[in-house]
Amino acid sequence: MSHIIIDKSKCKACYLCIDECPKNLIKISNDTNNLGNRVVEFQDSKNECLGCAMCATRCPDLAITEVYRG
Amino acid sequence: MATQVFKIPDSFKKDAKYTFCPGCDHGVAVRLVGECLSELGLTENTIAACAIGCSVTIYDFLNIDALEAPHGRAMAEATGIKRACPDKFVFTYQGDGDFASIGWAESMHAALRGEKISAICINNTTYGMTGGQLGPTTLVGQVTTTSPTGRNLEYYGYPIKIAEHIAMCDGTAYSARVSLDTVANIKKAKQAIKKAFEVQIKGLGLGFVEILSTCPTNWKMTPQKAHERVQNEMIKVFKPGVYKDITVEN
Amino acid sequence: MTATITDKKVLMKGNYAIANAAVLAGCQCYFGYPITPQSEIGEFMSGKMQELGRAYVSAESELAAINMTIGACSTGVKAMTSSSSCAVSLMQEGLSYATSDQLPVVLVSVMRGGPGLGNIYPSQGDYFQATRGGGNGDYKLIVLAPSTVQECADLTYKAFYLAQKYRNPTVLLADGLLGQMMEPVEFKPYPYPEIDNSQWKLSGAKGREARIIRSYAPLADNQCVYLEKLFEKYKLIEEQETQWEEIGTEDADIVLVSFGSTARNVKTATKICRQKGLKVGILRPITLFPFPTKRLKELAQSVKMFVSVEVNMGQMVQDVRLAVNGKAPVELIHKGVGVPPAPEEIVKQIEELM
Repeated sequence: MSHIIIDKSKCKACYLCIDECPKNLIKISNDTNNLGNRVVEFQDSKNECLGCAMCATRCPDLAITEVYRG
Repeated sequence: MATQVFKIPDSFKKDAKYTFCPGCDHGVAVRLVGECLSELGLTENTIAACAIGCSVTIYDFLNIDALEAPHGRAMAEATGIKRACPDKFVFTYQGDGDFASIGWAESMHAALRGEKISAICINNTTYGMTGGQLGPTTLVGQVTTTSPTGRNLEYYGYPIKIAEHIAMCDGTAYSARVSLDTVANIKKAKQAIKKAFEVQIKGLGLGFVEILSTCPTNWKMTPQKAHERVQNEMIKVFKPGVYKDITVEN
Repeated sequence: MTATITDKKVLMKGNYAIANAAVLAGCQCYFGYPITPQSEIGEFMSGKMQELGRAYVSAESELAAINMTIGACSTGVKAMTSSSSCAVSLMQEGLSYATSDQLPVVLVSVMRGGPGLGNIYPSQGDYFQATRGGGNGDYKLIVLAPSTVQECADLTYKAFYLAQKYRNPTVLLADGLLGQMMEPVEFKPYPYPEIDNSQWKLSGAKGREARIIRSYAPLADNQCVYLEKLFEKYKLIEEQETQWEEIGTEDADIVLVSFGSTARNVKTATKICRQKGLKVGILRPITLFPFPTKRLKELAQSVKMFVSVEVNMGQMVQDVRLAVNGKAPVELIHKGVGVPPAPEEIVKQIEELM
């Protein structure tokens, strides 16, 4: 099952990843991290993630640490 | 069974956390450098010469030996490292002000000598760490803290086209300009960095990549708008492309 | 032309003696930019280093040359650059970094006239540049001042040794006279032990933590600690490495203080004074940092007058005054630039001072 892993402590809330996801699976969450940022979260209840890794390729902060496909 | 298609490269320090501003493309560029070091198996054999400015922090993130150079002198220090240790992989990671203004003599002469080193230069059209002043690559018309009514030719002259100049030097083996504005372009950027590393490994001469990059903080834009500026303004003046590749020409 | 390295006694120019000694000291990399009156060093090195398969770069500027030297030194090899006066000015940024990076950079500074472009006559006008440092921040360079061509060779060896031992940039401060004059010189094998640098040099982070050589500690508090440590090192250097030569000081009423090529004429002047029945001695600092402050302080208990003899407008005289600290008058005999005052001229001026 394709999915991504987000290290929320590294997210700086630039939200560039949100624009990249072709399935709109990354959203702004209600959580904040110790940087005070409204971090992103991965929501994929219908298993739509393609494992394309475009989000991780775009992320400028190494916050999307792992992507799995298949 | 899911296969892992993305991970933080093992060239990174454990739990490395960037200190760049939100949305800054430096983070992507450093990751691409780290990916290339890992994929080419260079991490443990590398000595980097780091510049002054936001780029200097690369040594906080990558698990490589590094020497901090005075402003503009990274190419001279890299030359010294490589001449002393020809079997080491040596690269610089510099901003445009460092590489193409205060360090332009060092950069050009390293290229002319054909130093077997690799140089990565981030072009974000401003001095980022010092707070957004006019730099050698600031576009005509661009407002900065030292061009308050925009860069006009009367006072400031023209911006420099770095990759084209470096390509003109006979000692350069590879010179390219890439951009990080889209995921497709990020992938191209990685291929260019890899190529700039490979020409050094093959002993062909200088490998150079200019990376068009954003500075959302000093441009006073959202990261999204900053990428639009790269597409709408920067790419028109600084055209991406491979300006020299002797592995193809030969 | 490249002269042959020899272990015999030969007649040689000071500049060649320095270059030859550097090669024998194991200098693996030379980086330089031409300037009179030290160009023979680069000329010798260009041929010799290539012949030996070592590194030589004809740098685009002195800025580049000092930074190439820093780069090479960061990998643990012995490396050097050489230059003169107005061009050493361009290296001050690099020297400031190299002290803070704690790198064993060796710089040969062959003084010419100044300020500005000055002229190519000998001078000692860069005493301040070398001992105070023209770069930013608190730091010290180890400074060695040869007086003969033989010392040019011997102190070149020592410059490499002290630079390695203390991980501090070291300057061999010669002048146009020493660089250009020919004297007999004997080359012995490098007499000092090799210093282990395996714990700090950059060699690739294989099987160990990555190393960063940088000039600063990022937080103000740490920077204070860092500077304190740096200055503890300088204190140690002062205690262990201060070197000087002393003749006829045991019963002297007047002690002449002089370094480098000028000290040659001052020695002769001292002899003439003694023949005239004047109780005159000479103290010649060989290390300018560390300066023989302690010894001058001791001498000030009995000596009636100190005279600093220099070819500049009066630079070392300040260090003599600091050492003597008001215990005796400290006078100055000097000329601004050019060959040092003749012994008879020095004697005449001493007699006037008395």
